[in-house]
Amino acid sequence: MNTALIVGVVASSILSGTSLLYATLGELVGERAGIVNLGLEGILLIGAATGFAVSVLTGNPYIGLIAAAVAGAAVNLIFAYLVVERRANQLAAGLCLMFFGLGLSALIGRPFIGALIGGLPRMPLPGLAVNGTGARLLSYDILVYLAAPTAGLIWWLLFRTRWGLVLRAVGENPASAYAAGYRPASLQYQALALAGFMGGIAGAHISIALTRTWAEGMTGGRGFIAIALVIFARWNPLLAIAGALLFGGAEALQLQLQAAGADVSPFLMNMVPYLLTLLVLIVWGWNRQSVAPAALGRTFFGVE
Amino acid sequence: MPRSAALCLESALGAALRFALIALIAFGAFAALLMAAGMDPLKAYLDTILYVFGNGYGFSELLVRMIPLLLTAVAAALPSRMGLINVGGEGQLYMGAWLATAGALALADQPAFILLPVLTLLGFIGGGLWALIAGALRALRLVNETISTLLLNYIAPMIVSFFIFGPWRDPQSSSYPQSPAFADAARLPNFLHTRINAGLIYGLVCLILYWLLMTRTRWGLEMRAIGGNPEAARQLGLPVFRYILVVMFAAGGVAGLAGMVEVSAVQGRLVSELSPGYGFVGFLVAWLAGTSASGIVVMAFLFAFISSVGDILQITQGLPFAVINVLMAAILFIVLGRRPAGSLAR
Repeated sequence: MNTALIVGVVASSILSGTSLLYATLGELVGERAGIVNLGLEGILLIGAATGFAVSVLTGNPYIGLIAAAVAGAAVNLIFAYLVVERRANQLAAGLCLMFFGLGLSALIGRPFIGALIGGLPRMPLPGLAVNGTGARLLSYDILVYLAAPTAGLIWWLLFRTRWGLVLRAVGENPASAYAAGYRPASLQYQALALAGFMGGIAGAHISIALTRTWAEGMTGGRGFIAIALVIFARWNPLLAIAGALLFGGAEALQLQLQAAGADVSPFLMNMVPYLLTLLVLIVWGWNRQSVAPAALGRTFFGVE
Repeated sequence: MPRSAALCLESALGAALRFALIALIAFGAFAALLMAAGMDPLKAYLDTILYVFGNGYGFSELLVRMIPLLLTAVAAALPSRMGLINVGGEGQLYMGAWLATAGALALADQPAFILLPVLTLLGFIGGGLWALIAGALRALRLVNETISTLLLNYIAPMIVSFFIFGPWRDPQSSSYPQSPAFADAARLPNFLHTRINAGLIYGLVCLILYWLLMTRTRWGLEMRAIGGNPEAARQLGLPVFRYILVVMFAAGGVAGLAGMVEVSAVQGRLVSELSPGYGFVGFLVAWLAGTSASGIVVMAFLFAFISSVGDILQITQGLPFAVINVLMAAILFIVLGRRPAGSLAR
């Protein structure tokens, strides 16, 4: 009984941590290029709605997933145009993007409320097919298997390629990057397109793989938790894996305790991820040594 | 002097015209989107105009909706003068409603002249303390107030839900979880024969106090000095730490008043879906108004009208209310695209 509970918690923390990880990685790339996107929540919602709608229409969750990623990237490019091209305030533009995503996803998802989909197929790990319950608990969809490798790939891109070096230079000091012959705007566009792509995947994982339904505002603030996770991970993609697992675990524990019939109000349990996020930010705040990109949130007005 | 007044009028008219054009473009873009989705937006616009301006009832509904927007806009505008970004109006509204409800249930047998001032005070304190969490974390330089107020927005409705599903659940309504109805003495009165409640006075008083504070007092000047350059303000000996705490408390308190008005005047009890995002919209209102007091009134009116469009779309064409956020965002997108830097969040 107890081992079943532990296995259940681990399995579902991996499941709910997956969408958090993709979202966190996307935000992280944008912030490394010096741009805070508070609209991540809106991107997640658009990804969730688009992914679910396209899955229902085509009957193929993989096409839904790709559509969600493309939609996320496209909508994030609106944000990119505002903050890079028009030099709009990043916080205001981000919040605006959140509202836009909330509204647009409600419009996209409306005809598909109550629709049924098969969801992303689960593939059991080879060699685990022996034990019935264990295999069922420990077989995941493709996005789960790809999550940690994606974090590795992003780390490699950021820290081992020329593109990543220049991107980080833009995030630290756009004027120097400009002086060195690079175009900060072009890199920020690329970073935000990638961020939107990842955000779309993250949202789609929630609607196509986790809940397999669409409900208005279903991401429930995960976008903001992911923004906090970037701080938790100290802008390092590999640390983001640990953060996503920890917060996925908080969510999973609450679901498992509820399923096990623990006598705690679900509303108190639902607070745990948010309280944990706040707590982590406070503890991290004690450490004054800053690792954030130096030009994070600042508008680059060009070199005259 | 008359010449400068004429110039002033001219520039104000110009700004109004430019903004009207922006709003027109946004309404047009939203209509195009809805048409693509197979809806009839023009009919919805027309229905809304007829509903709002066609009779006194619709117009008073609009004013009722303006109240929480005015209050939460002040809650965002006040800290922004000091460079603080309070996006937590929604959570502060919920906590104000929560503490006011606690008072209404505990003191149910008191007369109105005691109960209403106490509930107002409790609403203010509830929202104020909730914002003070973010204010203290910011003053101690631990957590940025933007992210903490956003996270607190998600926690507050869960606290409210915990109470109305648990300790405060009305035994007489088994199907729908809500608190027991307030005593008549705990209900804010309406103006004669209208739906407009006394909360409108709260909104206007807060707005006037905000304007007086910023333009006529030393505190307003010092707040702007801190917003302009906190380090210089500290060198000058301004108590920056105390200012952050007091201003965040006051701002949260004003948003808490919105929650008190919702439970005491509009709902008459605490319910779980207390606000369709008033706190967030109030932030947009303050941002678009450039934190000017008169601008807040104009923008609150516009956004209350847009919410009415959302209502009409929901009732007549079955669209989710949240869709109206696209129209609100469209207006901001255009404004952001025109203006190099916002005046609220510098």
